[in-house]
This record gives sequence, C-alpha cells and structure tokens, in this order.
Amino acid sequence: MKRFLGFVKKEFRHIFRDYRTLFILFGIPVAEILIFGYAISMDIKNAGVAILDLSHDEVTEKLSGKILSSGFFKKSADLLSYDEIDQVLKKGKTKAVIVFEEGFGKRLIREGKASLSIIADGSEPNTATLVTNYTTAIVNDFNIEIAGSALNNALKIVPEVRMFYNPELKSYSMFVPGVITLILILVSALMTSVTITREKEFGTMEVLLVSPLKPVQIILGKVTPYFILSFINVLVILAMSWLVFGLPVKGSIILLLAESMLYILMSLSLGILISTVSSTMQQAIFISLVGLMLPTILLSGFIFPIENMPKVYDYLSLIMPPRYFITIIKGIMIKGTGLLYIWKETFVLILMTTVFIGISVRKFKVRLE
Amino acid sequence: MSVVVQASGLSKKFGQTAALEDISFSVNESEIFGFIGPDGAGKTTLFRIITTLLLPDSGEIKVLGLDGTRNFKELRMEIGYMPGRFSLYQDLSVEENLEFYATVFGTTIEENYYLIKDIYSHIEPFKKRLAGKLSGGMKQKLALSCALIHKPKLLVLDEPTTGVDAVSRSEFWDMLSRLREYNITVIVSTPYMDEAMRCDRIALIQNGKLLAVDTPTVVKNEFRRKLFSIRSAEKHKLIIALRSLDETISSFPFGESVHVTFKNDRLPDNLDLSLRERGISDASITETESGIEDRFLELIQTTEHQTA
Repeated sequence: MKRFLGFVKKEFRHIFRDYRTLFILFGIPVAEILIFGYAISMDIKNAGVAILDLSHDEVTEKLSGKILSSGFFKKSADLLSYDEIDQVLKKGKTKAVIVFEEGFGKRLIREGKASLSIIADGSEPNTATLVTNYTTAIVNDFNIEIAGSALNNALKIVPEVRMFYNPELKSYSMFVPGVITLILILVSALMTSVTITREKEFGTMEVLLVSPLKPVQIILGKVTPYFILSFINVLVILAMSWLVFGLPVKGSIILLLAESMLYILMSLSLGILISTVSSTMQQAIFISLVGLMLPTILLSGFIFPIENMPKVYDYLSLIMPPRYFITIIKGIMIKGTGLLYIWKETFVLILMTTVFIGISVRKFKVRLE
Repeated sequence: MSVVVQASGLSKKFGQTAALEDISFSVNESEIFGFIGPDGAGKTTLFRIITTLLLPDSGEIKVLGLDGTRNFKELRMEIGYMPGRFSLYQDLSVEENLEFYATVFGTTIEENYYLIKDIYSHIEPFKKRLAGKLSGGMKQKLALSCALIHKPKLLVLDEPTTGVDAVSRSEFWDMLSRLREYNITVIVSTPYMDEAMRCDRIALIQNGKLLAVDTPTVVKNEFRRKLFSIRSAEKHKLIIALRSLDETISSFPFGESVHVTFKNDRLPDNLDLSLRERGISDASITETESGIEDRFLELIQTTEHQTA
C-alpha cells in the first residue's frame, strides 16, 4: 500500500509540474463548455433584423416593436425601399428583413388581412430557419392578441405547443452532457495512455519493471490521479453549467456522479488498453484523438442524432461507449430519469470496462517484449 | 564464495540478427564483473536477460539461485538496475527521485543512507534541483543512488560512465569498489578499456560472443607479442603505410599513436626507410607494454580470420 501511495504521489507531481497536462485537464473543459454554450449557440439572441416598413402606421409600429422587444432580435437597419434589401443582407449583420406592405394597418382593419414578408439570409440555413420560426411565432401571437380584442367571444382553437424537459429548447442543455461525455473520454483515455507510454519512451518503465511493483500497482498508480482529477472535472463542469447557464440537474445528482465515475473508469481502462498497444507517446495521442475524439463527436449522438444516420453508422455507434453515457447523462440531467430507465446503458458500460481492464492486464508486459 | 550469476549457453535473436550466441559465464559474490565491448556487442541484451526483462531463446540463467523465467518476482526484489539511458524522472527533483525508488522497494532513504552516502553526498547540495537539469556526472550518481537505495544483492549497471567526465568516472569506480564491503555483487559494462582494469574479472564481448573471461591482468598478459608504439603527425597515413608492409601483423590506432606488431616480434629491417618511401618522415618508434585493448583487438582479429 505504501508503494502504491508513493507511486500515486509521483504521478501527481508529474501532473502538477507539467503545465500542458494541467491545461488539458482543466483549461480545455472550461473552454469547451463556454465555447459550446455561447459561441456555438443554436439559440437566437439579438439577431440583426432590418425593417422595411412601407406603411408606417400604428399597427406596424406596434408589431415591429413587439418583434424587436422580444429579446431575440435587434434592429440592424431601417430600410426605405426594396432595393436596399439585397445590400443590407450582403453586409452580413442582418439575418432577415421584415417587410410590411403598403397600407398594412388599414388593410388589416378593413379586410381583416394584411401581408408581411420575412426575407431571410439563406446562406446560414440554421439561423434562417430559426429567425423565420421565431418571427412567425411572434406574429401569430400578435394575431391572437388583436383578434382577441376585436372578436371577444369568437371561438378559436389555438394549438399550443409545449416542449417538455427543455421548454425553451435551449441548446446548451444538449451541449453540456455532450461536452462532459467528450471531455471525460478524451482526458481520461488520452492522459493515461500518454503517461504510460511516456515511461516506455523515457526508459523509466525498464526500471519500474525491475522493481517489485506489480503490474496492477503500476496501472492503478497511473490511473488513480486521473480518476480523481477527472471526477473533479465533472464537478467543475456541472457547477459551471448551473452557475453560467442556469442548467440544473433534474434527476438524482448522486446517480449522475456514480454514472460519471463508471464512465471515467471505462475511459481510463480504454486509455490503458491504448497504451499497451502503442510504444510511443505520438502513437498513443494519435489513437486517442482519431480513434476516440472523432467518433465521440460524430457517432455518439452528441451533435448528430443517431436516428437520422444511415443504418451502418447506427450499428457502428453501438460499440462507441460515449453513445451509452450520453443517453444516461441526458436522461438524468434533463429528464430526471432514474436508474430504472438507464440500467441497460449502465450495464453496457460496466461490461465494456470489465472487458477493457481484462485485456489490459493480460496484455501488460512484465518484460520488455 | 558463492556464485551469484550462472549462465550457460544463452542465445537471443531479434528477427534474423543474433544478439547473443552461446554465452556462458559465472559471477561470484562481491566481485565486480565487467563486460567490455563496443556498442552493439550485445551487452544491453545480456543485461536485460540478467535482470529478467528479456527471456533468452535458449540457454539457462540462474541469478541469486533463482530462475529468471519463473521466479522473476522474487528476483526483482534483489536486483538494482541502472539502464544505459538516463532513466530517472526528469521532472522530479533529485530527492523526489530517490524517495520514489526507496518507497517502491519498500524502504526509506534513511534506512540505507550509509550505502549511498559516499556518492549521494556529492549531489545532496542540489537535492531540490530537477533531475533533468543535472550534469551528466551528477545524473549518473543519482541513478546509482536510486539503484542502490534498496540494498540489492546484485547491482547491474549498463554503461554507467558513458558520457561522464573523467573525474566523475574515477569517483564512480571508487564508489563501486567500496560496495564489496557490503557484499554487493556488481555487473557492469563499459566501452572504456581503461575502466576494465578496475574490475575483478572481465568478459570481452563482441558481436554477441564472449571472446575471453578472466581477471584483467590475465587477459592483458595473454597478449604475448612484442608491441611497438609508433607516432607520427599523420596517424591515418601511417596506419595505411604500416598495413602495406609484409612484416606487419596488426596495426591499430591507440590514442595519439599506433600500436603495431610485427612478424618474429622484432622491428623489420629498414623500417624507417620503408615508411619514408610511403611518405612518413617523422615516425618515432618505441617498444611498449600491451593493454587490454590490444588483447581485445587481437582477439577480434583472430575470430574474424576464423569466420572469414
């Protein structure tokens, strides 16, 4: 036990003396959460819209005021003619132009109908769709308002769509679980595989092998510090997502932490496995990045829904551990599900961990060849 | 006196190349046993077999009475190993390195401090310095301290003095000599012939084969020819000139001069003249005493003749 603790102490010293390691451990997770949370936001916030109001009456003022005060949009320009539309869209700041036809207000009152066009910048399809959807929603809202005041008692069926679990469809409630999944597997697997291959490359493994340390002690000694640090990472990310984005954990936090530990353990054992098949640090880094990071981003359902993929990828993603964890963590964080609904995924992760550890211990060489 | 290492018929191949061929030797308790040979002779492979890091393809080896294949765990408790490359943790300080190895072997620095005191005291003033920032000589002293801290019965040092300055080398060997008092057996390899004289027994190794095993004096004295040392400003030209003479048996560069043997153990008649004809006018010739290197080169030459 003393030997083991001595080994762990040594590992911690390696980690805390290497600023790059520390940065990868803590800098990247924080940066990624912020990047995914803010920059790559799928929500609209202060998107630039230009108004071309050919009518200038009470109704158009009121409606454009409602659109602009929604918080989703901010006015980027007031246009005077159709000719300016192309120009203002090309500048890029304006994502859409809202055009009120001539005599908008009068028509609405007289004929009960008036037209409004939304011209969106289709070169950013995602934003364009969001902008038009949001605007349409606001206009519909407005419709109901005036209709309500004009025809008090008229019966009307208004569909009201409600999003469960993520009522505002905030995208960071999707990204936070994704980032945790990505970061844990990356940090844990990459770091352990690199630190073990480093000993091989620097020749210190030779001395460790000739020492009375058992393979299990070497492996556990390598893994323990990263287990602790990765767990701290989870806590930091959860705290950040709560403090910065106001995203609470709906389900049991204990269950979430326990599942995270399992996932960290799985990633670490994957890292050990990588280190047993690679003899240089470069090789280990390559395998971890190409073999783990890309599939995690592409095939885990983190960004692209698995249901929309060709069947081949769907099957391929079955062997990707992140796929299971993402289901688990989304369930607990956003839906508040309990173990009852995620026991299958949990079981798969446990199985994977056992297999990885088993192979690693068997493949760990007690000699140099 | 008991036998610490008993090896017979060790062979090891890496792919098609034979790293070791039919190696047999034995090392006695408390002796300093040196393997002398150039780079690529097979010393490192042999040491890795002794330290259980590699298994031989054929042959048997017993270290401290234990079988390296089956009892490697027990054996690893008793061995101190210092690989050829500097293999300490560069980002840990001197003291932390030593402490780590002490803990790993289940001991403490204090417990065996007397063993390493001589050598560790040289680097102790720098104990807070990172190992990566030490000079070559200090690194080796630290590595030796780390290999010794658990009081091993057998110390295996692979080229411990390569890349170390002359003064540090000498100190290093003084230290090794003192380990006899503690009954620690030392197996050491070196490419430096001058260090061979400081071993109790040596084995000359070349191309994976042992050429001779004996005390340095016996090995040295097996060189029975008269040896001449010839100096010239143009050493390379001199060697070519000497090799073109019929009477020359061997001529090898040796430091500043060239060591030469002639047929009938005497200088050829008109050597001066013959050299002058070949463009060497400043040759100064003296008879000299042979060293281990001369015997080594002679052995290499004879084995090459046999195989050729």
